Amino acid sequence: MQAELIAPAERAGLLKRLVAGELPDARGRFGPFGGRYAPETLIPALERLEAGLRRFLGDPDFQAELGRELREWVGRPTALSHAPTLSRRWGANVYLKREDLAHTGAHKINNALGQALLAKRLGAQRVIAETGAGQHGVATAAACARVGIPCIVYMGAVDVQRQAPNVERMVQLGAEVVPVKGGDRTLRAAIDEAFRDWVSDPNGSYYLLGSAVGPHPYPLLVRELQSVIGREARAQFIERTGGLPDAVFACVGGGSNAIGLFHPLVGDASIELIGVEAGGRSAKLGDNAATLATGRPGVLHGTYSMLLQDEEGQVQETHSISAGLDYPGVGPEHALLRAIGRVTYVSATDDEALDALRECCSSEGILPAIESSHAFAGARQWAVRNPGKTILIGLSGRGDKDMPTLSQVFGGARKILAEAGQ
Amino acid sequence: MSPAKPRMNQLQPHERITAAIRATTSAGRTALVPYITAGYPQKDQFIATLKAIAGEADVVEVGVPFSDPMADGVTIQRASHAAIASGVSLRWILKELTAAAPFDAPIVLMSYLNPLLNLGYEQLAAACVPAGVCGFIVPDLPLEESADFVAALDARGLALIQLVTPATPPERLKTLCTASRGFVYAVTVAGITGGAKELPPEVPAYLERVRALTKLPVCAGFGVRRAEQVRNLAPHTDGVIVGSALVEHLEAGKDPVEFLRELRAAP
Repeated sequence: MQAELIAPAERAGLLKRLVAGELPDARGRFGPFGGRYAPETLIPALERLEAGLRRFLGDPDFQAELGRELREWVGRPTALSHAPTLSRRWGANVYLKREDLAHTGAHKINNALGQALLAKRLGAQRVIAETGAGQHGVATAAACARVGIPCIVYMGAVDVQRQAPNVERMVQLGAEVVPVKGGDRTLRAAIDEAFRDWVSDPNGSYYLLGSAVGPHPYPLLVRELQSVIGREARAQFIERTGGLPDAVFACVGGGSNAIGLFHPLVGDASIELIGVEAGGRSAKLGDNAATLATGRPGVLHGTYSMLLQDEEGQVQETHSISAGLDYPGVGPEHALLRAIGRVTYVSATDDEALDALRECCSSEGILPAIESSHAFAGARQWAVRNPGKTILIGLSGRGDKDMPTLSQVFGGARKILAEAGQ
Repeated sequence: MSPAKPRMNQLQPHERITAAIRATTSAGRTALVPYITAGYPQKDQFIATLKAIAGEADVVEVGVPFSDPMADGVTIQRASHAAIASGVSLRWILKELTAAAPFDAPIVLMSYLNPLLNLGYEQLAAACVPAGVCGFIVPDLPLEESADFVAALDARGLALIQLVTPATPPERLKTLCTASRGFVYAVTVAGITGGAKELPPEVPAYLERVRALTKLPVCAGFGVRRAEQVRNLAPHTDGVIVGSALVEHLEAGKDPVEFLRELRAAP
């Protein structure tokens, strides 16, 4: 089992500092996690980004523009939907935070828009992004079109195949999409390649990182831009029910939607926070992407966090049916939240996620992304063990992009297509 | 062979690196610091290749392969992935080096941080001395994050060689030059290894700026491939680092020593 990463005596103090907004600290640390492990060429660019973040995120003009665009273009606030059928089936009172209703279909737009506006303010001539499921790529392509900056998106060759609809969307939105054929040809290789591009032009290019990972200040920047999810959900929940949920669920790959939902709720001690990782095919190393459950601390993509790695410190290839969770690392704030015991991290297998996806479709008339379906699977298991509770699930994105995978797995349309063709 | 090498035994490992480069520059020549990915292209030829190269070079960089070499171009990516697939690891490298030491030139390990972190800094530093390893180049470990590692290296007299780049602001350049041990690694171009076809015209002025800030030798790396480039850089640098071009040479089954001599031949 994992060694104790943070002594019990220090845990309460770190939670207090996190709630007080003191983490990450000046060195980009969330307790022992985080930091800035980046090539020297990028250090000045990261320092400029940090200065820009400090200057603009608190700036009333920037906030006014971001707020207006979130309202008028993204369509925020997103709905908080009661889920009556799931509630009945699970013996719980289930609510959904509907990031699937945000423009471009997932929470990724909150971060992409905020960073694109920041890139514009910082004078960037082009934007670089990586994408796994393609949602961050689509969001970045859309935000860059809106703001008026050219953008290039790196996407693993495996992901290009399994998320083909999103590739076409990115192209239509004016992005240049580059398939990455090196490394593991998924999100991790796409991030490697995006960094390589940025190292070649650290002054003119802005790297618009899509998850709560990477060297400081990215985990902070992404959290700040995604926290709109948790702030809205908290206010909507109180308005609707007069109280707070007993438990909140979100899926965790790199962890951006989860940190956006959890961070504003971390100080509410009564709420149980549960992150659901990709359990893949099995619990064996290499068969899943359950980083927090089975990883060890290490450095990947500029941050010290939990990492799936072999005994020689080589990063492990992962498996998940969902491209967006198929990542061997995780954001450093999640590593802290786990180490201090504030958030519990569990996992759901590919099959459990697909079951949950079908249940959500037939029960509520909502097609969640396979990523988000992991949160449903985790919530269902918890609800059965804890009857009569009020549950909030972060529905981070819609499943339209998953059609190639769903057609392959379920083949629901196959018979109809064959019939129509006769 | 290089000119008469000073008696190395009394020196600290980091001083051995500096002395090896100085021995060549004081003879009026440019030091040669070749890079090879350990165990590539053939795992069983690692020591033979290394010994041959160490006979010709002043310092040798041995690359520890990593699964995510984000500062490297296609050549070293390819070499890293193939080496990992053939079972090359940090532990294996240290074992092989220890069995084959001493070498004619000081060895520097070039590694991303995670394999080092995974082995443990203390254990790693202890294993370096019998292996002939005198220092490290760690492309994803900036100065601000290096205190723990440097403490473990200092205790054994090992170098952490700092990299500086054309984008490094003047104040930071000074700090990095002061912190470096062995030599200062001057990255010639913003970008990844093996990328540039031609070196930008401002490189000589940049190298002179770095040299003015340190008593250590300065070695220029990234994009150095041909004798003509070595000749042009020679007046402005103490040494040149040759990586991707040498790895490509080895991949093609050509004699690495011949290639190094060609680079050296630059008058």
